[in-house]
Order: sequence, then structure tokens, then C-alpha cells
Amino acid sequence: MATADRAEELVDQVRSAFGRARRLRIRGGGTKDWYGEPPADGSAETTLDTRIHTGIVEYDPSELVVTARCGTPLAELEAALAASGQMLACEAPHFGAQATVGGCIAAGLSGPRRATSGSVRDFVLGAKLINGRGQHLSFGGQVIKNVAGYDVSRLLAGSLGILGVITEVSLKVVPAPVAEATLRFDGVPEQVALERLNRWGGQPLPLSASAWSAGTLHLRLSGAAAAVDAARSALGGDRLDPVDAAAFWTALREQSAPFFAGDVPLWRLSLPSTTPPLTGLDTSAGAGAGLVEWGGALRWLRSDAPAALLREAARSAGGHATLFRRGQGKSGAHGMPAGCFAPLDPALLRIHQRLKAEFDPAGLFNHGRLYPGL
Amino acid sequence: MDTFAEAATGRDALVSRLRALLPDGSVLDTDEAQRPYECDGLTLFRQLPLATVLPSTEAQLVSVIRLCREAGVPIVPRGAGTGLSGGATPHAHGVLLSTAKMSRILSIDPLARTARVQPGVRNLAISEAAAKHGLYYAPDPSSQIACSIGGNVAENSGGVHCLKYGLTVHNVLRVRAVTIDGEVVEFGSGALDSPGLDLLAVLVGSEGMLAVTTEVTVRLIPRPQLARCIMASFGDVGVAGDAVAKLIAAGIIPAGLEMMDQPATRMVEPFANAGYDLDAAAILLCEADGTPEEVDEEIARMSEVLRAAGATGLRVSASEAERLRFWAGRKNAFPAAGRVSPDYYCMDGTIPRRRLGEMLRAIQQMEVKYDMRCPNVFHAGDGNLHPLILFDANDPSSLARAEAFGADILELCVKLGGTVTGEHGVGIEKINQMCVQFPADEREQFFGVKRAFDPHGLLNPDKCIPTLHRCAEYGRLKVHGGALPHPELERF
Ligand SMILES: Cc1cc2nc3c(=O)[nH]c(=O)nc-3n(C[C@H](O)[C@H](O)[C@H](O)COP(=O)(O)OP(=O)(O)OC[C@H]3O[C@@H](n4cnc5c(N)ncnc54)[C@H](O)[C@@H]3O)c2cc1C
Repeated sequence: MATADRAEELVDQVRSAFGRARRLRIRGGGTKDWYGEPPADGSAETTLDTRIHTGIVEYDPSELVVTARCGTPLAELEAALAASGQMLACEAPHFGAQATVGGCIAAGLSGPRRATSGSVRDFVLGAKLINGRGQHLSFGGQVIKNVAGYDVSRLLAGSLGILGVITEVSLKVVPAPVAEATLRFDGVPEQVALERLNRWGGQPLPLSASAWSAGTLHLRLSGAAAAVDAARSALGGDRLDPVDAAAFWTALREQSAPFFAGDVPLWRLSLPSTTPPLTGLDTSAGAGAGLVEWGGALRWLRSDAPAALLREAARSAGGHATLFRRGQGKSGAHGMPAGCFAPLDPALLRIHQRLKAEFDPAGLFNHGRLYPGL
Repeated sequence: MDTFAEAATGRDALVSRLRALLPDGSVLDTDEAQRPYECDGLTLFRQLPLATVLPSTEAQLVSVIRLCREAGVPIVPRGAGTGLSGGATPHAHGVLLSTAKMSRILSIDPLARTARVQPGVRNLAISEAAAKHGLYYAPDPSSQIACSIGGNVAENSGGVHCLKYGLTVHNVLRVRAVTIDGEVVEFGSGALDSPGLDLLAVLVGSEGMLAVTTEVTVRLIPRPQLARCIMASFGDVGVAGDAVAKLIAAGIIPAGLEMMDQPATRMVEPFANAGYDLDAAAILLCEADGTPEEVDEEIARMSEVLRAAGATGLRVSASEAERLRFWAGRKNAFPAAGRVSPDYYCMDGTIPRRRLGEMLRAIQQMEVKYDMRCPNVFHAGDGNLHPLILFDANDPSSLARAEAFGADILELCVKLGGTVTGEHGVGIEKINQMCVQFPADEREQFFGVKRAFDPHGLLNPDKCIPTLHRCAEYGRLKVHGGALPHPELERF
């Protein structure tokens, strides 16, 4: 495990970019290069590679907190936690072996455990940031409860690097569950699956993940052995072999499952969990082409329907739609190229613009990656 | 300052314009009528505002904000006024905006497990309304019978069960709020995430300085079938502190994990009849919840760890009534302090758990140094301390010593790698200690966040983030008094 404190070099790079008004593209392992808006003019940007600044700075299992530098490989961090029987509860996707801790926080993407355990931002306790003036700042800390000042460290989760370079992060970790079981239910229509998932969510069951697609519902239970056993007999279904089960949830998290293959644009709809099945949005295969996670709150669709149609369907259900992967297809062929993220309401956009100006007055970082102009 | 002075002279005009916007009886301007609003739970600071307004609807609230914005009058939002850091202390030239009349539960969706409520709804009222669906709202501050959800959002409040179930920030899905420009903005939604920056995460805990909350959607969770609580006795506070770390290291996340030292149990017992072991130097309250099988399994594991960690006695609650009695003692610690002493000053620092023993020993020394008593209750699982400094506000020397004692504790928290506030907020109380915790560049970035939401600085001004000037003054003061407790602290 390499460790190197190279924060000073990162600060120097930002200061020099600030001096020359040169835009920077912050990059770790590049596993999420495709996520967000593509750079308008890549040649106008210099890449700032975060991988030089690496290593776990502090980890005391009895504090339930780990602090790591941005370039630390996510896999390395997870292995260190696993060695002490702990884990990151948000189960963040890696999307490649090179994934770094900094990229994980900046992308803010959470995995199968999200609905029951919380998101990446829920576990952020503190962060260090190089802002657009080249100041190296420290927010939050290494304690579980901390309300001193505004919670800037949580704001960085999912910021896609537009506010600055995250150089270090402290995360709350949790004990790995003692027992786990994955149950499979076949022949379940989407509507029925959604009803069941929401009903189960209101009962004291040790649910830790769910996935429905093409008439099959998978449910993962995690917790005390007694609780998992009791839930298993109450719920029925077929239990997966533990090795197959682990492979199933990893394929889902990493989007290597067959559903995610192919070139049709992949849409991510984040909705209230009780939203009924969405119809008429997936032009490729008709009903049943979706994949449901997070107890109904996350719906993946392969669709080359017009962006406006998907966005409106999500909006009217009380959620939002992200063009997660554009695919090779004709995304945006229906008029203007679709933006990756749902447009912001004007009042919210103004706050975004002002925040960007406060953190990065010269507009150095990841220009346009979250929204055009930011 | 000029705008404030003009506002003061135009007080009558302001009051009549406010009256034109709100129903009868919703604008208070006499001293008598405003007296109940002159302070929050931190009674050391008292101040009458220009006027107090109690809008009944969001539209009325928007009109008040627009008027104040136009007239350049500061606004201080107020929920139930139970805050302990002076966050709701009125501004002498400002309007105090109470949400007391916006206290309806708008809807509960048992299937989606959410409740949509107005800001003035009491924390406990949400769980009471959700109970018929087998659901509840998890964060349970000890003040939950009184404090409002709007105040909880502003302070990111915690409770005795938040080690396992999270703080306010983990249990709020959506906040609808009015900006200083009078615009209604939705932060978050009924879904689990929202596009763009996670502004909801910043709004929670922002102490009423970024926007005024008018509606909150909270997450409800299923009520566990059963909960049982262990009361473990220890002959030494340090050993009790270590036992906390050992429980966590054993992979156990108790539903609640609280500690009280002997002065605290002896203070509380006559008042709450909790059945505490008064001979123990410290007790831990350690709760398991879940299915009956799960609870049995966890109580057995916890008992084993606690015994191995040196507990001199364990008592497991034998009934729900006994469990509630254990907690009633803990939750009544502050009122009990108020009974045994004319006044008490509640600290709220957080430190890494492994430093608990060290901290407690330091507090004991400070009791000698300042000649004051300081019983301790903690959210031990979170490392969040609530030392209760007992003093007499009518005695200026006692008050001064209490304040210096408190500052010493908070600054030691920073030194031990912690923070000056775990859940009560900075308000005006801990503003000097923010100079110790954060260097100037960080504080300036905080002001940047403030400007992004409130460019004119009219929402709850002069709280939470100290100016450079103020920190310079504080630094001088401490050096002059020769009382700089930790001169090495200037760097975080
Ligand atoms: C006996 C006692 C026990 C306590 N125990 C705990 C505990 O266990 N855990 C804990 O975390 N806290 C505790 N507290 C502190 C306090 O109860 C919490 O901070 C609570 O959240 C404050 O809520 P409130 O409605 O009283 O807010 P107030 O005191 O009225 O206001 C607090 C802050 O919120 C702002 N605010 C209020 N409403 C709004 C709104 N609608 N929009 C924007 N800003 C708003 C105010 O401006 C102020 O800055 C305790 C207090 C007491 C007196």
C-alpha cells in the first residue's frame, strides 16, 4: 500500500492554474470519465491527477472512522476496512479497478445498500479541499457529530469536482453484517414487486438491498443471524448460494450485469419509492425493460425516447432523470443534445452559480461537467 | 449599520406594514408581549427584537421576508426556542419570525414511509402521529416534547438513538424554504437524491442563516418490535469510556449508548427515580432493539463485552416500563441540573471516543481550578459530551468562571481532535471558539457559503461564523487575561 503526502504539489498546480487562468480537469483513476457533461473544449484543460496524493492517513476501527487521501484506490480502502470487519455502508460502485476515494466522493454515487443504509454523503464526516484560490481548507473532522460551521464536507459529495480538489476525506464506517442471505422470487410483475418492496420497507426487516428486473425480484437481508433467519422464513423465496449472491450484487453495483450491456442510452430515474411502474418510456423493448433498485426509489431504463419525455415523467412523479450513459445511439437526436442532469429550477441554479463563484472564482475546476457554465 | 439605525427609527412604520400583511394578533411589538421571545434555551443572552411576527402560512411568511429584505431589516427565525446556543436570540434591530403558528402535520404516507410537516411541528408529534402505522421519526433530542422540526433541521439535532439511526441530516428527505429574496425553493425531494449540488446537506445545520424552512419531509422508519436496555456500572469513568470503545470494536452498534458520571446520576436520581446505581463512578446505558431473537443475541454479546471491559454490575431492563425509566433519567438530566443549581451551562463538544477518559480527568481538574461542580452526561457512542457546569447567574464571578470553564472545555475538545459543537450549534454562544477551531481561510469560505444564499447578510446575522475582527479581539483578550489555555491551538 503506497502512501504519499503530495498535497503541496496539488496546491502548486492549482495556484499556477489560477495564475495563468488555465482550466483544470480533476482526475483520479478515470473510471468515471464518462459521467457528467463532456468537456466543451478538452484542449483548453490541463489534467490534475489526484493519484499522487495517496494512502490511508488514519484508521481506528473503534472510532468507526477512516481518513484517506484522494488518490487512495477505493479497493485498497475497502480491503483495509474488511480486514477489521468493517465496510463503507454506501456500497459505492467502482466502475473500474482504478477507482479512487476522491472520485468516489466527488461522483457521490451510492450502491445497492443506499436505500437502507444511506448515501455517500451520509457517511462523510470531514474533508480537505483545495479551492479555486489555491487555499487548502479543512472542513468537518473525524468525529461522528459535528455542527460547527456549514457542512461543506457533505456538500462535496456529488459535486463532481466543481468546487475544488478534494484532497482528503474522513468517512464513517460500519461493522460488516454478521449474517447475510439473498432471496430470489420469480414471476413477479413490476407492480407487485413495488408494492411488496414498499410494504416490507415499513416492517422491521433486516433489508439491505433489492433488485427487480424482467419478473425476478432479488432481496438481500443483512444483520444479526437471528434476524436474518427469522426474516428468511417469514418472506419465503429461494435462497441464493452465497458466492452467486455476492456476484449478483457486485454485477448490479458495477453495472456489469447483462441489463447494462448494449448501446441504448441508460437513464437513471430517482423517484419516490411508491411511484407506479412507468410506461411508454422505453422504446426498445416495451414494458419490462427496466431495472428497479433501492426498494423502488431507483429505476434504470434503457431508452432512446426523447429526453424531455423521460424528464417530464420523472418530474411529475416527484423525482428526476439522469442520462447516466449516453451510449453510442442517437441520444439527443430529437432536437437539442440532452444534458446529463435534469435542469435546475432558476432559484436553485442561482445559488449554484454563486457557490461556484465563491469556491472557484476563476472557474478553474471541471468547467461545465455538472451543468453548462458552472 | 446605517440601514439598521434607520430601521430602528422607522419601527412604528415597520410594525404597521407588518400588521397589514398578517392576521390580527400575529405581530407583537410591546415589551410584555415579546418577553417570552427574548431568549432561547441559552438564557444568558436576552434581547428584545423590534417586533415579533407569527405568520400562519407560507404566503404570509414570504410577504414578511420580502418586506424585511426591502427595508433592510434583519430576520431571526425561531421554532420552539429550546436551542442551547443562542441561535434564536433576537436581533435588536430585527424582526423575530416565529413558526409557532405553522404547526400542522400535512400528510403521512405510510407506504412511502414519509411525513410532510410544517416547521413548527414538535419533534415528538411526528412519531405520535406515525405510531398507528408502526412507524416513527428516529432522531429524538431530549427536548423532543417541545422542540420543533424546523429547529431540528436548523441545528442538525441528534438524540440518544442517533449512533444507529442517524442525525437529522440522515432522516430528512426534503426541505422547502424561503430565501431572503422571498423565493420558495425546494431542497431535496421525495426521491433519495436530487440533481446538482447537495444543498440540502448544507441547509441542515445552517442555524437559520441560509433560508427559512416552511415545510419538511422526513423519513419514517419501522418501530422495532422490542427494545431492551442494559445499565452497566463501573468503578472508574476511564474504564467506562474504554468499555464504549470495546463495544464498538466488537462490531456492535447499540441502538443507544449513553454515559453518566456519578455526580450526574446522583443529581438525576431524586428527580427521576430511574433506579440508577448511585455507588458506581459511572454508568453506561446500552440499548439493543430489533426482533426478540435479535435483541436477545445482542444483549448477550453486549453483556459479555461489558463484563470483560470491567463492568462491576449489569442490569437489563425487565420490562418496557423499566427501560423507559432508565431513559427518563438520562433525558431529564438538564432539568435536574436546573433543580439542584440556580443555573447550569450545558457544553456540547465532541471528541474521538478514545479520548473520553483523558477529557473526564481534565474536567475534574477544571472543577478544582474554577471551584465549580460539573456533572457529565454523554452521548458516549458518538463521543458527544454534555458537561453541565453548575453556577449562579446572579453572582457575576460565578457567571464569569462558568464561561471560562466552558471555553476551556471546548478548546480542549478541539485540541483532542474534536469539535466545539456536536449538536447544539454555534449560535452566539460558541462564536469565539470557532476562531480556535477554524483558521481564517476556512471562516472566509463559510462566509462565501453564507453570501451565496444571503448576499445581504440579513438572515440571522452575526451568528455562527466569527469575523476576522472578532477573532482578533478574542485572541487579544485571551493573551491579555494571560489565560490562553492552549497556545498551540491556533492551527486546527
Ligand atoms: C432540555 C433540553 C434538552 C435538549 N436535548 C437535545 C438533544 O438531545 N439533542 C440535540 O440535538 N439538541 C438538544 N437540545 C437543543 C434543542 O432542543 C435543539 O437544538 C432543537 O433542535 C431546537 O429546536 P427549536 O424548535 O427549539 O429551535 P429554536 O431554539 O427556536 O431555534 C434554533 C435555531 O434554529 C433556527 N430556526 C428555527 N426554526 C427555523 C426555521 N423554520 N427556518 C430556519 N431556521 C429556523 C433558529 O434561528 C435558531 O438558529 C436540548 C435542549 C433542551 C432545552
